[in-house]
Amino acid sequence: MIARFTLLSLCFFCTPLMASEWSGNVSIEAQWFNHAPLFAGQSRNNLSLSASPEYFTSWENEKKSLTIEPFIRLDKNDSERSHFDIRELMFYSNHDSWEINAGIGKVFWGVTESQHLVDIVNQTDLIESLDAEEKLGQPMINVSFIRDWGNTDVFILPGFRTRTFPGKKGRLRTDPYISNNQEVYASSKEEKHIDYAARYNHTLDNWDIGLSYFYGTNREPEFVTGTDGKGNPVLVPFYKLLHQGGLDLQWVNEDWLWKLEAVHKRISGDSYNAYTFGFEYTLVGIAETDMDLGLISEYLYDTRGELASTLFQRDIMLGARLVFNDTQSSEILAGLILDPDSHEKLYSLEASTRLTDNWKLNVEARIFSGLLPSSNFYSLRDDDFLQVELLYYF
Amino acid sequence: MRSLIIASIIFTAPQFCLAISPEERGLEIVKEADKRDMGWKDQKSDTRMVLHNRHGQSSERKMHNRSLEMQGDGDKSLITFKHPKDVKGTSFLTFTHSTKADDQWIYLPAIARTKRISSNNKSGPFMGSEFAYEDLSSQEVDKYTYKYIKDEKLDGRDTFVIERFPAYKHSGYTKQIVHIDKEMYQPLKVVFFDRKNALYKTLYFRDYHQHLNQYWRANKMIMENHQTGKSTDLIWINIKFGNNFSENDFTKNSLKRSR
Repeated sequence: MIARFTLLSLCFFCTPLMASEWSGNVSIEAQWFNHAPLFAGQSRNNLSLSASPEYFTSWENEKKSLTIEPFIRLDKNDSERSHFDIRELMFYSNHDSWEINAGIGKVFWGVTESQHLVDIVNQTDLIESLDAEEKLGQPMINVSFIRDWGNTDVFILPGFRTRTFPGKKGRLRTDPYISNNQEVYASSKEEKHIDYAARYNHTLDNWDIGLSYFYGTNREPEFVTGTDGKGNPVLVPFYKLLHQGGLDLQWVNEDWLWKLEAVHKRISGDSYNAYTFGFEYTLVGIAETDMDLGLISEYLYDTRGELASTLFQRDIMLGARLVFNDTQSSEILAGLILDPDSHEKLYSLEASTRLTDNWKLNVEARIFSGLLPSSNFYSLRDDDFLQVELLYYF
Repeated sequence: MRSLIIASIIFTAPQFCLAISPEERGLEIVKEADKRDMGWKDQKSDTRMVLHNRHGQSSERKMHNRSLEMQGDGDKSLITFKHPKDVKGTSFLTFTHSTKADDQWIYLPAIARTKRISSNNKSGPFMGSEFAYEDLSSQEVDKYTYKYIKDEKLDGRDTFVIERFPAYKHSGYTKQIVHIDKEMYQPLKVVFFDRKNALYKTLYFRDYHQHLNQYWRANKMIMENHQTGKSTDLIWINIKFGNNFSENDFTKNSLKRSR
């Protein structure tokens, strides 16, 4: 009621100069898996629907705005993948040299393509996509200070979001599966721990530099073993407190973009470093066409070595991005992450094109090759898949 | 009348007496055009881009443009897409520079990510249109070297015909022939030659209007590609000056919130 009153009163004061609009998309997604499932209850294919409407209104010449973006997915096989989230419910106010964002929102930090080490504000909506680029809305108060010598962002982050994982019947899951409702915390405040973050970023000529710090609940859980209601073994996410210092650096030199992301993490007394370093080289107008070809290579390193909970420990990523520059904005991104020691490989392909003004087609494929029984990702060995998504934008 | 004659002798005589080179004359005209267009401070507009293919089919883009005049450096601009809907909210922030490559960033709203664009990528098509990034970025004097060719009438208007050669080594062009209107000191037509020096594209400026009693802006630009038969119309709507923009409106922060 209070929220409703506030919204109404906001509208009352600003109606004359207010600009508001609805937009967003709905999608239908189909997945085909190349191999029979490893675990009981999983399926060979899947169908899924999602909707992501967005309401935006601004007033005082766009100095103030309100954005509301809910998200819902309905999944045929995996009840855990059927989920609802508020991606954004953000009030924004601009005061020239400083800005404030308060509500629920989405923030991205970083420069590299293969993984996003520095990016820490939002929890990953992992059940949405394996590339960890889909994020859950994070409650926040964010103040930005804009100065000649750079931008400084300060964040207060009340309310922790747990990472989403595939359920028992979902593909691309661990063995045993991860329980989505038994998580445990190192902090006695559990999910109510208030987290803090700050980031400084600046552009100096051909350099983009970002320095960040985070203290709060680690977005990436460790796992302990447990059982579900029926006595089946499960992995239970265990969230510890984390101090993270981060650096992201980018240097543009003609056709080259050189990128570095480095983090120092301290989790309950243990500390480690991780970094991603690489480049993107763009060949403009290849073979006398309008197409651009971007060649990407990154090296991924984690001082925890094979103990790291991510796929990426000492790995190499190779990628090629073909941008057609056509009226349909067609693009293909092909990538490979390989572990030069174990020869484990993850191939990926992402392609997209606009069919009409309102319809868009996305195609994604992933192949897991040579995963060893010792690998954290051994349970994905038969989960090669092709995914076709048709989106309607309004 | 006499004073006018004297004035015309004073002002036109040096060109003939001192026999300045076509290069100097070309630069002189462009500098005059630059001078007359100085002091506009800021500008915003909506634009419609209509892409025509050679089969007569067309598709449309809608954008919102903001730009800020900078003293001693190239202008800053922010372009935000409104249509098609799948790219709605996608924005480009550009800091143009006259003597070195422009700085450019793109914001992708779906993943809330700001990405730097490698600085050579200026000759490619802008959103699948016949306009290249370099055709749309601010035309600073130092971006080209010039050569005056002749005076010529174009559609009944007196023009200077100038050749200009991109100073930027990664330009998609070797040469452009520009018809500059003698009254407005604005281009009416630009003919582009590709890297092989073959006839490539022609850009027409139509429907000029004067703003603030000084600044001429074309409401329509038509780019024809002679090699593919495709063309793009760029239509400017709601051009507005005096928006009190500052550099704070052209930062990576403003890129994120731009709609």
